[in-house]
Amino acid sequence: MLETFAQYTVLGLTTGALFALIALGYTMVYGIVELINFAHGDLFMLGAFLALTLLGLVGTDTFTGSVLGIALCLVACPLFCAALNVGVDHVVYRPLRTAPRLAPLVSAIGVSFVFMNVGLFWGGPMDVNFPNLLPDANLLGEGSAVRVTAKDLMVVGVTVPLMVALTLFVKFTRLGRAMRATAQDPTAAKLMGIDTDRVIGATFALGGGLGGAASVVYGLYVNTVSYQMGFQNGLYAFTAAVLGGIGSIPGAVLGGLLIGLVRAWGSAYVGERWSGALVFVVLIVVLVFRPTGLLGSRTREKV
Amino acid sequence: MTVADTAMKPRGLGWEAAAFLILLLYPLFPVFEGGFLAATGRSLGDQFPTVFVFAVLALGLNVVVGYTGILHLGIAAFFAIGAYAAGILTVASYPFGAPFLVTLVVGTVAAALVGLLLGAPTLRLRGDYLALVTLGFGEVVKAFLKNAEEITAGTRGLSPVPPPTESLDWASDYRPFYYLTLGVLIVVYLLLRNIEWSRLGRAWVAIREDELAAACMGLNPAKLKLAAFALGSGLAGLAGVLYATRLTSTSDPNAYDFNRSIFLLCCVILGGLASRPGVLLGVFLLVGFDNILSPILDGLVQRNVPGAGEKIYMTFTGWRLMVFGLALILMMRFRPEGLIPSSRVRRELHPDGTQT
Repeated sequence: MLETFAQYTVLGLTTGALFALIALGYTMVYGIVELINFAHGDLFMLGAFLALTLLGLVGTDTFTGSVLGIALCLVACPLFCAALNVGVDHVVYRPLRTAPRLAPLVSAIGVSFVFMNVGLFWGGPMDVNFPNLLPDANLLGEGSAVRVTAKDLMVVGVTVPLMVALTLFVKFTRLGRAMRATAQDPTAAKLMGIDTDRVIGATFALGGGLGGAASVVYGLYVNTVSYQMGFQNGLYAFTAAVLGGIGSIPGAVLGGLLIGLVRAWGSAYVGERWSGALVFVVLIVVLVFRPTGLLGSRTREKV
Repeated sequence: MTVADTAMKPRGLGWEAAAFLILLLYPLFPVFEGGFLAATGRSLGDQFPTVFVFAVLALGLNVVVGYTGILHLGIAAFFAIGAYAAGILTVASYPFGAPFLVTLVVGTVAAALVGLLLGAPTLRLRGDYLALVTLGFGEVVKAFLKNAEEITAGTRGLSPVPPPTESLDWASDYRPFYYLTLGVLIVVYLLLRNIEWSRLGRAWVAIREDELAAACMGLNPAKLKLAAFALGSGLAGLAGVLYATRLTSTSDPNAYDFNRSIFLLCCVILGGLASRPGVLLGVFLLVGFDNILSPILDGLVQRNVPGAGEKIYMTFTGWRLMVFGLALILMMRFRPEGLIPSSRVRRELHPDGTQT
């Protein structure tokens, strides 16, 4: 009984950390341009396919090959996703900055479709196996009822430092301060001499980079990727961002962990097939009773 | 005439009436049907009921997205409620055996009621959150349809849904469904035309354009949005009943997923938000792309390029998402008011009178 609970809690926290990493990309972009970037989940999916291709090129038969491949992916995928995200912002969203709210949102859905189609061509319509490079051995000893593997540690080991780094970045650097200023009031920020277009670009780059990192971690952890994984995981991550209070960085982390736990406990105690629906029920309930999310500030809709 | 005058009165039906007339006459001239069949190997008349059913659904979505400006990402859920209402009321595993007209009414009312229940607590949320609630609701409904097998028969779907009457040949002749669905579409179209220019319709547009100003003029945005939500959901339910009856099955829950909702949203946006003729054109084009154009082109490519079918990028259907995605992006960039814009939306988007 307790073991089951502990086991699913471990599962929930690791997947939750992953959702949190993706959720950060949603929340940062939303915080600054008030756009639900529907394409973010699919950007994450493309990152995973890049990782798959790179690992195939490097070759993962040997130990050094694997280490080299993972290291390469952890650098290349975030860069790729960041560049792609900035490019899309530049080409698609920037011309719509002053358009009605629906326009960039619908464009984002369009970008998501285009990405999904690219993923379909890249990886084909079926699930693709991602190389299983990390040992599955139980670190608590094979006799222990609760399994904690190197994969779980890897997820936490990549996500937590990134989140800490992001928080420090936004809090203490010049660019981070410019981001917070732009999020609060773009016009005032511009008047203070902040190049808001550059700040928005940097936000897209950071969000995309985190998504790229998440994609590598996801591939190594789950070991299957498909062109449709962006939609599902993006939806969970976005839910996490809203649950925590969209625009809030600690909120996204908290939301991600909660969503991970709800899913894990849901599949333990309600049934695996209901866990997805459970997430959205929680979301609707939270939005009804606390529309700004758990840690969101009570802002008014801009008129 | 001033702007206000033209805005208050319905335009004449004009070429919309002509389009409906052509559709009404189409089955009377089997030469078209036969010619198309001979040229492409597919029946055009068989595709039209699908277009009409989705047109009713899209018009329902348009009430919410077009008139009141709420982004609704879960219309398929209400479509499903209508379809499953028809299934539960008619299939042999349930004791009801209701006649078609009853299922039509119950499906519509049930979907509208669920719309009210979902809308009442959530419609005060700001736009993006509301969009997410509708999306989440769609996923919950789909999960329910898939997993509550005792009620919905899971992935098999409820079947067989009997034809509307016993007297006509509904299965092999396309015409009874053609006229049934076209009739419903015309009624819905005219109903919406009247609502659009009524007090209610004008109030919807007012809250879309400026909720704060509309509230200051004494309108109640919450109530108005709820009315739009209920009407849109009800129409989606109506379309769902027709859909299930035509397929003689509620089909698999995946027919009511997020892709369906987005597909309908694409139709509405491509054709023109808040523009009834635009919505019809959007449905016609996109269903045509899916059900007629891409299968025909796929057939052509496969006959002429050996081995093309094995590579997904050599099939037309493989490019579907790309085409839809690019269409959405380009429309938003260059013609956000849609192919046949509603005059009001065009004025909103091009306030200085410029045309792009």
